Amino acid sequence: MITYADACRVLNESRGEAVAVTTMTQTKYWNQISKEPDLDIGIANGMSKASSVALGLALGDPERSVLCLDADGSLLMNFGSLATIAGMAPKNLYHFVFNNGIYSVTGGQPLPTAGVEYAKAAEACGYASTHRFEDVESLDSALPEILRSPGPVLIEIIVKGEPQAEGVDQTWESNAKMPLQLRALRKRLTGNDDWGPGGPFI
Amino acid sequence: MSHYVTLPDSETAHMYEALMAEPSITMVPVSREGEAIPVAAGLFVAGQNPVVSIQNAGLYEAGDALRGLALGIGLPLVMFIGYRGHNRMGDTADTAAKYLEPFLHMWRVDYFVIESDDDLDRVPIAFERAAKTNQPFAVAIGTEYAKESPSGTESEGE
Repeated sequence: MITYADACRVLNESRGEAVAVTTMTQTKYWNQISKEPDLDIGIANGMSKASSVALGLALGDPERSVLCLDADGSLLMNFGSLATIAGMAPKNLYHFVFNNGIYSVTGGQPLPTAGVEYAKAAEACGYASTHRFEDVESLDSALPEILRSPGPVLIEIIVKGEPQAEGVDQTWESNAKMPLQLRALRKRLTGNDDWGPGGPFI
Repeated sequence: MSHYVTLPDSETAHMYEALMAEPSITMVPVSREGEAIPVAAGLFVAGQNPVVSIQNAGLYEAGDALRGLALGIGLPLVMFIGYRGHNRMGDTADTAAKYLEPFLHMWRVDYFVIESDDDLDRVPIAFERAAKTNQPFAVAIGTEYAKESPSGTESEGE
């Protein structure tokens, strides 16, 4: 079983200049180590939709790799996105699913499943390739080759659950993070600082 | 427009067929309407100009995505909404139609209704308003307009 910290560390070491779309507990750990914050999006206020945002980014900028650090509970809420991603077949999308079997941010309640194997589900949907890792050494050694292979690729990572007691941060400042990150990323990808303020937070 | 993110419906099927024949536009079919707005958000961030096309019943399913990833981030997005059940008499047994305009009012999404070709000059205004306000803007395509269009269909539902 892999810790969130180790999984994010290994991914960050192989990240290069890929866009990283994170959600839930992955965002917390990724923000602590990322060296490219202008290429990061922490999906908040968009329950379960990290994989769909990542698909849009991958289709919109096909020359740049997109890493999606998804959660098992989140993917279950947006399970059809596996079929949609396979249908569009973006060669630059790498879909990581952190599988811990629980809803971490609400305190660790079990998912309503008998134990989904997300790599097998993605394979059945038509992803170009799929992988499943239960130890960090195997993930570390395989990752560079995986990120050179054509997507869409789903990489299931079995992680140790970390139930959180503090819940979700909902302040004006925290809710402004995602719209600001999205604007910074658009500026980085397009070179244009042309997306002005809008919405309740900025 | 660069990408047409859609789950086809009866009211906008004629648009789907026409846009399929347009090589400059990439079709992005989704499996469920709730995916459409997040996909469009990603495309826009990458520098593209997507639109979304889904049915009113699907828009209700997409409510949280509309809240968080369109209204919440200030996304300038035109959404074509199939107005299933709409008619000019204002008498419909289809609750998908009954709730659409109250739904858009509740979310504070501005919109136009397209009932005939005479209304089509609203479409470019919708794009202008979305860009000017950095907010989503809906264009509801009425069932009767879909029936009157050359390639429209009279079938119901998705």
